[in-house]
Amino acid sequence: MTAHRQALVIGLGNDYRGDDAIGRLVARRLKAMAGDDVRVLEENGEGAALIEAWKGADFVILIDAIHSGGAAGTIHRFDAEAQPIPTSFFHYSTHAFSVAEAVELARALNQLPTRLVIYGIEGKTFDSGVGLSPEVEAAADEVLRSLKEELCTNSRSSTI
Amino acid sequence: MSKTRTIKVDYLARVEGEGAMWVKIKDGEVADVKLKIFEPPRFFEAFLRGRNFTEAPDITARICGICPIAYQMSAIHAMEDACGVRVDGPLRALRRLIYCGEWIESHSLHIYLLHAPDFLGYESAIHMAKDFRDVVQRGLQLKKAGNEVVSLLGGREIHPINVRTGGFYRAPTKADLMPLAERLNWARDAALETVRWVAQFPFPDFEQDYEFAALSHPKEYPFNEGRIVSNKGLDIAVREYDEHFAEEQVPYSNALHSVLKIRGAYFVGPMARYNLNFDKLAPLAQEAARAAGLGPECNNPFKSIIIRAVEVLHACEEALQIIDAYEAPEQSAVDVRPRTAIGYGCTEAPRGILYHRYRIDEQGVILDAKIVPPTSQNQKTIENDLWKFVPKYLNLPVDQLAWQCEQAIRNYDPCISCATHFLKLKIERD
Repeated sequence: MTAHRQALVIGLGNDYRGDDAIGRLVARRLKAMAGDDVRVLEENGEGAALIEAWKGADFVILIDAIHSGGAAGTIHRFDAEAQPIPTSFFHYSTHAFSVAEAVELARALNQLPTRLVIYGIEGKTFDSGVGLSPEVEAAADEVLRSLKEELCTNSRSSTI
Repeated sequence: MSKTRTIKVDYLARVEGEGAMWVKIKDGEVADVKLKIFEPPRFFEAFLRGRNFTEAPDITARICGICPIAYQMSAIHAMEDACGVRVDGPLRALRRLIYCGEWIESHSLHIYLLHAPDFLGYESAIHMAKDFRDVVQRGLQLKKAGNEVVSLLGGREIHPINVRTGGFYRAPTKADLMPLAERLNWARDAALETVRWVAQFPFPDFEQDYEFAALSHPKEYPFNEGRIVSNKGLDIAVREYDEHFAEEQVPYSNALHSVLKIRGAYFVGPMARYNLNFDKLAPLAQEAARAAGLGPECNNPFKSIIIRAVEVLHACEEALQIIDAYEAPEQSAVDVRPRTAIGYGCTEAPRGILYHRYRIDEQGVILDAKIVPPTSQNQKTIENDLWKFVPKYLNLPVDQLAWQCEQAIRNYDPCISCATHFLKLKIERD
């Protein structure tokens, strides 16, 4: 018997803030190629809405731009089960109640999905404007590859 | 020798966006207060030039993820004003309904997740949630009820797409709205509980003589329509806005400070609406306000948290009445034909009056745009509050003083993503 655990991928950010668009862009590309066992959403990163969005989901992957001072395009992967999410990484969200805070609030309320993975891509520019910097654009392809692998593993591991 | 301290908070948490505030203290007195905004504003105004008049609602809605409806409403009313069109009946009611959703959503977020922790002594809602799990859940559900209104009428929650000049792309049937009514019945009770909950908080003794400015309508608590009035005698049509209000450059900030040309700083938002329109609140909301210890006037900005809760209650009640009386319109939108004109729109965003002005040509191409968000209008009043507030707490350790100042700033629920994107709030003390 096969029981696929449906995965939910949420791309976060703002299309009009340079590299802040990366999460949504990756989500859009994934959506164009994903199968039925993956649901893909886009959100602006407002924390309370995020908690609602992943309600009932077992396996959730978030993709967002971050700004922690590292090299542009660096990809960070966080497993929410294993570690608290560093709030300093996600300050560049348009909303102070942001991704990291949503994860920690959900933890306090026992509302975390069974598995929650966050991909944070180091952005270079968050100024008003459309378009990614080259380093971040390059990272988009790599994140997409990692996502596909992760989703594939999830699909296999949930086959009983 | 004089002693100088500067209080600085590099990152102001729990405001929408990021901000910087400097408070300088010299010889035991406040020497300077500066609200700093770094990013060049006006990107969207430039972006709008050359676009079609029908695109303004959806483009400006992207300025803020928390109050997209406000931007859409101000934009469509300005464009309809330019084109000489008035939208009435069920379409007008639907616009009020979607605005109710946005108020419920935005205010609930601020009350429960951003402001309440200040009053209860928690660092954040995350810390508060551990002790107040059910309360935080109620806040999240209340916010969700607002989301559902916006998402049903707007087509989706974030950056709704169903609003257009002349009406909606698709108008809901009465049956479509019925599930919302069920949800809003619950929300109304939850809002009443919210008023009771926040009314018990400890409030600093801090009353000021403000000039409140808000829309005022003869029959309604204002959302989309009315004259701009104040408690100090201002009473003007929306199209007279530029004659009475000016935007000033300040050297330390990229955002413009909005002032009344004659009297200077003014105060917009829930406190202003409440003080100028108390008698238009739903009876249930008036009653709840009185039971919470508020009269028709309130000059303590810390009590804005109660007023937000009262407005959530009003919005639930108003939304339920709109749904009850609703009959679907024959057409989801009226025809809006462009003409060479200037259009003016001002509506009550959750944080206060949001002014839009557009000049369009006969093809409907936008030649010029001006947007004044509520937060830039409150900037000067926020600074003034800190000038008065800090001296009362000079003896506090730096962290605590900074926290008190942040709480005072959060009274305004400043939406920095509207005013601009980044605003670092700094309070520094040597």
